Amino acid sequence: MSNTDALIKNLVEKHGNSRNSLMPILQGVVREERSLTEDAMLKVAEALDISAAEVYGTASFYTFLDTIPRGKNVIRICKTITCHMKGKDEIIEALEKELNINVGETTSDKQFTLLTANCLGWCHKGPVMLINDEIYPDLTVEKALEIIQEYAHNTK
Amino acid sequence: METAEAKNFKKVDIIFECQDCKPIEVLDTNLQRKPDDIILDIIDSGLKGRGGAGFPTGLKWKFTKNESAEPKYVICNADEGEPGTFKDREILDRVPEKVFVGMALCGYSIGAKEGIIYLRGEYNFLLKDLNKKLEKFNKQLKERNLDFAITIKSGSGAYICGEESALFESMEGKRGEPRNKPPYPTSEGYNAKPTVINNVETLVYTTMICNLGSDKFKELGTKDSRGSKVFSVSGDTPIAGIYELELGMSLGTFVEEFGDGDTKSVQVGGASGHCVPRKYFEDTIIGFEGIPTGGSMMIFNSTRSMYNVLHDYLEFFTEESCGQCTPCRVGCQQLLEGIEAVKKGERRPSYLEDLKKLASNMNLAAKCGLGQSVANPFNSIVDNFKEEIIY
Ligand SMILES: Cc1cc2nc3c(=O)[nH]c(=O)nc-3n(C[C@H](O)[C@H](O)[C@H](O)COP(=O)(O)O)c2cc1C
Ligand code: SF4
Repeated sequence: MSNTDALIKNLVEKHGNSRNSLMPILQGVVREERSLTEDAMLKVAEALDISAAEVYGTASFYTFLDTIPRGKNVIRICKTITCHMKGKDEIIEALEKELNINVGETTSDKQFTLLTANCLGWCHKGPVMLINDEIYPDLTVEKALEIIQEYAHNTK
Repeated sequence: METAEAKNFKKVDIIFECQDCKPIEVLDTNLQRKPDDIILDIIDSGLKGRGGAGFPTGLKWKFTKNESAEPKYVICNADEGEPGTFKDREILDRVPEKVFVGMALCGYSIGAKEGIIYLRGEYNFLLKDLNKKLEKFNKQLKERNLDFAITIKSGSGAYICGEESALFESMEGKRGEPRNKPPYPTSEGYNAKPTVINNVETLVYTTMICNLGSDKFKELGTKDSRGSKVFSVSGDTPIAGIYELELGMSLGTFVEEFGDGDTKSVQVGGASGHCVPRKYFEDTIIGFEGIPTGGSMMIFNSTRSMYNVLHDYLEFFTEESCGQCTPCRVGCQQLLEGIEAVKKGERRPSYLEDLKKLASNMNLAAKCGLGQSVANPFNSIVDNFKEEIIY
């Protein structure tokens, strides 16, 4: 059994195999693997006894349920107006340069994906970014770079 | 025309206050009362929903209680996606027990056994702590022989899932596409069963009304806007943050307190709210009789381009529209492309009038509140800052 298969089996055991469990199961796969492969979606469909189209339909609706491969660390920089006013563009530029990718892309070593997000709910402490589930408010370019370097170091 | 007298600026400390109020004791005291008495108290307090739409909370509870279908659900809407709003996160972080008690009292009042918090995926970092506290709370409920338990379901990054029927769809494992209304959640909500869905802040106020009594709550605010409200203040202000204030003050009073001395406009109610320019500050009341707000107050000073502000909002709506109905899916795109074309000189300034009509049509024809409310920012920004949009 592949890792993904075992993961899905565990998630189905934990959350049950009703349609209402679909979101927590997909979220559980993304938490471990950062994105949903076609194979994973087929397996989930089978386990819940619903069509694969239903699974893909749900997955493709949600920004956080990625259906294209992502890096180990997914960075989401808030781009909504207040963070815009507080300088999110500079943060994005600095990270693009540091990681040598553009927004929407993944580094060749699959360590980082750089994305933007709509309002993350920290407008009083912008600019702000989310890395996986962790939040980093009150960013400066220096601070953002330091955080990224720390992640790079820790996930080597 | 006679206008209602605006209230003075007054800071209030009900939501975050935790010295005197032990949430679990509020529960204990109120479990001694009849469910109907609690509901009557909430109705009497005049509390209206703090999630944006402002429906009277007590009536919502009463309608759900009166339904015969079983089971019933209590849902806490913690999807908080409206740009400029960040108070629900702070409430869940600092006083979660007050939210839990509000849900339990609602469950007791309407006869529900299950409560669910729908927490936006962006707030997943709160999960660990919340789950720990819930475990303890659920145990406390069991000790009191109250047949009610609370769990958490996470969102996955979709603003539209804050809309109540889209939220139910999401909890049912589907795309977050809003349903037709009626039926309303009070009769057919989650799993098509009678459901009370309330905003995080609303639920804390129900706890506090049960603690302080409805009279105490009614002393605050105005006839149409009882009580206080938590505001999320951001943008060009030296003191961005979260403030609980009495409802009914004028926007002028608000700006005096929070502005940086150079405030040009305030976006009241987030991206889907209204933009108020300086000349109307004094005449605008913050409350249901004036401009209602879910709490988002974004302040802009004279260095800001209102074109950029509107452009950001339209991009937001274009991305977050669920795409289910044409007026909203195509309308948002057309409004965005439209102001870009006017800016570049590819369209004449008079095209803005056509776009305003489109926004107004969306207000009539769109299926849910997202598409319906795009006209609020669009028309208020274009009307008041036309030159900035054109040149
Ligand atoms: C597009 C859209 C997004 C919404 N987002 C939220 C939200 O994030 N949180 C919330 O409490 N209500 C939100 N609402 C309002 C809910 O549909 C619902 O009215 C509210 O949760 C009811 O709770 P209340 O009566 O306590 O305010 C949204 C509505 C719309 C149309
Ligand atoms: S108005 Fe927009 S968000 Fe609402 S149902 Fe229609 S397309 Fe979806």
